[in-house]
Amino acid sequence: MHRADDPALLAALAEATAGALAEAEVRLPGDVEQAIRAAHGRERNPVAKGELGNILENIALAGKGRTLLCQDTGIPVIYLTIPPDIPYTRALEEAVARGVRLATERIPLRPNAVDPCTRKNTGDNTGPGIPPVHVQPGDRLTVTVLPKGAGSENVSRVGMLLPTRTAGVEQFVVETVALAGGRPCPPVILGVGIGSTFDGVAALAKEALLLPVDAMDPFEQRLCGAVNSLGIGPMGLGGDTTALAVKVKRAACHTASLPVAVNVQCWAARRATRIVEGWK
Amino acid sequence: MKVTELRTPLGEEILSLRAGDRVTLSGTVYTARDEAHLRMQEGGIPFDPRGAVVYHCGPVVAGDRIVAAGPTTSARMDALTGFLLDAGVRGIIGKGGMGKGVVELLRGRAVYLAFTGGCAALAASRMRLQGVYFPELGMAEAVWAIELDRLPLVVGIDAHGNDLFGRVWDEAKAQCRGRFHSSSGITP
Repeated sequence: MHRADDPALLAALAEATAGALAEAEVRLPGDVEQAIRAAHGRERNPVAKGELGNILENIALAGKGRTLLCQDTGIPVIYLTIPPDIPYTRALEEAVARGVRLATERIPLRPNAVDPCTRKNTGDNTGPGIPPVHVQPGDRLTVTVLPKGAGSENVSRVGMLLPTRTAGVEQFVVETVALAGGRPCPPVILGVGIGSTFDGVAALAKEALLLPVDAMDPFEQRLCGAVNSLGIGPMGLGGDTTALAVKVKRAACHTASLPVAVNVQCWAARRATRIVEGWK
Repeated sequence: MKVTELRTPLGEEILSLRAGDRVTLSGTVYTARDEAHLRMQEGGIPFDPRGAVVYHCGPVVAGDRIVAAGPTTSARMDALTGFLLDAGVRGIIGKGGMGKGVVELLRGRAVYLAFTGGCAALAASRMRLQGVYFPELGMAEAVWAIELDRLPLVVGIDAHGNDLFGRVWDEAKAQCRGRFHSSSGITP
C-alpha cells in the first residue's frame, strides 16, 4: 500500500493532469478528427462543406502550432482510475486541482470558473466542486480529462420520461438537438444516458462522451440518422451532418421511472488520458 | 462556388450579397462582446463606425499577438445592436445568427457574417493586432482593433431579410414536430 500523502505520487498526478490537458486542448482525438474528415467527404451542401473545411484547417493549424483548438477551453471534467494499492483520499483530488492550475498557467487556458451567483472569476479554473473528479477502480493510476465548453453544455437536457413510453427516448434526443439549433457548434457528438436516477443519468450521458466515435451499435445509428435528418448542419447553416455520432450508456432504473439525459458535445470533442507511470 | 472578396470599410457592395454566399473579409474589424456593447451604447463608439465591421469575439491575446480568436454566440447581443447599425456599422461577424428583430434592423444597410464556431487557431492565423479600446474591461470584453487577411465567412443574414440560420432552424423544428405528433411524454 502506498501512502496517500506521498509527495512524489501527488506531484506525478498533478503533472499527468496538466499534461493530459495540454494534449487535449491542442489536438483532437484521432477518431473525432476522422469522423469530421468523413463528414466533409460526404457533405453535399457547399456551405456545410466549407464549414467542415474550416474546422479541418483549424485542427491542422492548432496541431502544427501547438495552439488552442478553441478559445473556450472549457471546464476540465476529470476521470481517475485508481489501482488497489493507492488509497483514494482528498489529497488526490487536490493534486488533480493543482494540475488544472498548472495547465491554466502554462498553456495558457482561459479562466472559465466563476462563483455561480456573484459571477466572480476564480482566475485559475478551479473552485468549490471544480474540477469535478469521477473515480473508478482500475489496474493503473490514470487520469482522463474532458474539457467541456459552455455552448454545448448549455443546451444539454435531462428528462424523466413516462416509463410506458420507451419510444420517447428517441423523441427526447431529437427534440434536444432541434431546440439547440446552431448554438452548440454542430456537428455535435451526443452522449446519451438511459436509466439510473435523476443525477446518475446525467453522469452516464457525460461518460458516453468518453467512448470512441468510430463505432455505433444499431440503436445509436438510428438516433444519429434521426438527428441528421433535421438538416441543421455544421454551425446551423444547413447540411447533411448535424451529429458526427451518438453514444449511449445504460443503467437499471426504478420501475416507475425512465430517466434520459442528452449531453451535447461540440465538434471540438477534446479528451486525453495519461497513465501516471510508476504507480500501481 | 464563387467567393466574394470584401475589404473594410464596407459600402453599398454588401447590398448585392445573399444569405448563403461565401465571402472573405480583409481590413480592420473591432471585437465587442456584451460589456463593450453596453459601454459603447452609453459612452459612444471609440472608432469610426461608418462602414465598420464588429466581431463578436473575446480573444486570447499574449503581448501583441492574438493566440485564439473564435466567435462567440451573437444572439446575446440582439438587444444591443441597433445603435451600432444606426451609426453606420455595415457588418457583424459572429456565430449562431441573431434574432428576428436584428434581421429587420439589418435590412437595406448591413449584413451578418458567420465565422465557423470554435475555429480559434484558424482565426488567429488570419489576424494581426492593431490596437485596443477599453482595456480596463479585461481581455475578453475589451474592444480590440484587428487587421484581417481574408477571413473565410458565410453570409448568414443578408440586407434583404433573408436569414439562413432562421430558415434552417425553423425547418428543423417543423420537421421534429411532424415526426413526433405529441410531446416526448415527460411525466406531467
